[in-house]
Amino acid sequence: MLIAFTKALPGNIAQGLIWGIMALGVYITFKVLNFADMTVDGSFATGGAVAVMMILSGKPVALALVLAAISGVLAGILTGVFHVLMGIPDILAGILTQFILYSLNLNIMGAANKAVSVTNYPLLLSLRFVTKSIVISAIFVAAIVILLYIYFGTEQGSALRATGNNPQMSKAQGINIGGMKILGLAFSNGLVALSGGLFAQYQGFSDINMGRGSIVIGLAAVIIGDVIGSAIFGKRMNFMLRLIFVVLGAILYYIVIGLVLAMQFPSDDLKLFTALVVAIFMGVPYIKDRIQHSYKKAGKGAE
Amino acid sequence: MLTIQNVRKTFNPGTVNEKKALNGVSLELETGDFVTMIGGNGAGKSTLMNAIAGVWPIDSGRITIDGVDVTALPDYKRAAFLGRVFQDPMTGTAADMEIEENLALARRRGSFHAFWKWGVTKKEHEEYHELLKRLDLGLEDRMTAKVGLLSGGQRQALTLLMATLKKPKVLLLDEHTAALDPKTADKVLKATDRVVSENNLTTLMVTHNMKDAIAHGNRLVMMNNGKIILDIRGEEKKKLTIEDLLHKFEEVSGEEFTSDKAILS
Repeated sequence: MLIAFTKALPGNIAQGLIWGIMALGVYITFKVLNFADMTVDGSFATGGAVAVMMILSGKPVALALVLAAISGVLAGILTGVFHVLMGIPDILAGILTQFILYSLNLNIMGAANKAVSVTNYPLLLSLRFVTKSIVISAIFVAAIVILLYIYFGTEQGSALRATGNNPQMSKAQGINIGGMKILGLAFSNGLVALSGGLFAQYQGFSDINMGRGSIVIGLAAVIIGDVIGSAIFGKRMNFMLRLIFVVLGAILYYIVIGLVLAMQFPSDDLKLFTALVVAIFMGVPYIKDRIQHSYKKAGKGAE
Repeated sequence: MLTIQNVRKTFNPGTVNEKKALNGVSLELETGDFVTMIGGNGAGKSTLMNAIAGVWPIDSGRITIDGVDVTALPDYKRAAFLGRVFQDPMTGTAADMEIEENLALARRRGSFHAFWKWGVTKKEHEEYHELLKRLDLGLEDRMTAKVGLLSGGQRQALTLLMATLKKPKVLLLDEHTAALDPKTADKVLKATDRVVSENNLTTLMVTHNMKDAIAHGNRLVMMNNGKIILDIRGEEKKKLTIEDLLHKFEEVSGEEFTSDKAILS
């Protein structure tokens, strides 16, 4: 079992790094904007589809990734328009875009999946070259974390954070919160689609279902990273550390998955396992608080 | 500086919950006017504030600020002209952001938020340090602390500083001391007086407290049923007592003043 686990470990780390970019996108909407964005399930696959089709048509890989990211930006804008200009609740707006993207992704690929082989195309990463994939995805992650850190320290980044934190205050300070929401959704889904484009290369194909449930994995990474980061650094958790721990959360998630699979856990039950992990990590702080401040306890204290 | 002409607003028109909140309100504030506004529950005070701030569009009438017609502008665009402090201390600040980040957002009120400029510059940091020192709440040593850690009074004092950091054309105070304990409320009111007079700010302050309404500002207006029914200024205001006010209210409106809170406090 241990051998199977250690053998799979580098691959898990590579996957974690690639999905870490996706999780950073989820962090922007879920934590910064306070917006539960379901678009990502679709935009992750869109990124994969666009990247693979561009590479297959002979375009440079870099251009393919840029176009993949742009496709995600457009998907994010669409969700933003549904929510801000048409008044559709956040979760439903994302689900609608996700639904639209399912059809679009099929049209982009012309099939339910498309293979792209590393032997015929100059892919940036691949299952077959795991160490190289780790290095390259780590470079992507580092660049994105630094860019996000800088961006959220600018005037616009501050306005974006304020929008998620207190919309009423933001409006009183002259911030167009509708515009900020669309902007944040665009950034977020751009990152998610970029991650999808990288992941499609890594696994050697894009698939119509590759993004299914990715919101849950993204949330798992954000929440696991938050819990562990807070446990280690407590109040010294600054924004840079938060971003880093989102990625670490994704890596950890895939290491745990690797461990679970090495223990002969049936892979059919993985989604069940993931959802339960997210539910427990999200629920524990709440339940802990309820136990510490329960009516029962208050009643006993009064005796 | 602020002109309100015959403004009307009805909520839920055509339903059983129809409420004519503003019934043709007209009010003009000269530059440097500090107007206190009182009235019973549902008189339309907060509604008028929201109409000025542009929380929703009005049904009819005109609102101009410093000669600019703002009637057609949404709230975030009017923010360029207005400083606002709300009743709830949680409303005016971003809890998960640092004290200096909140101030920096207020400094940029109404201007474009560029992604090529820092949210807080070094120069600002020093300036805010001095300004916070003057608040005398010890906040100058906690500039990178999250605002959520502050008490209600501290947050309200910070909101007041934010509202006036970039000099507003009109300062709107919507019962901004109502949620504070009496001692803190007094402190915040003193800070309000100081900042208004130092900057010669045109101010509209809604209060539930008749005593405060009499003690502060150079002019007092009273609202009832969505209309302004009293407008007292100058020497007459200085001599005003609570009994006078109650008496005048009954005289003008033909009913008794309904808010115990305003009379008893």
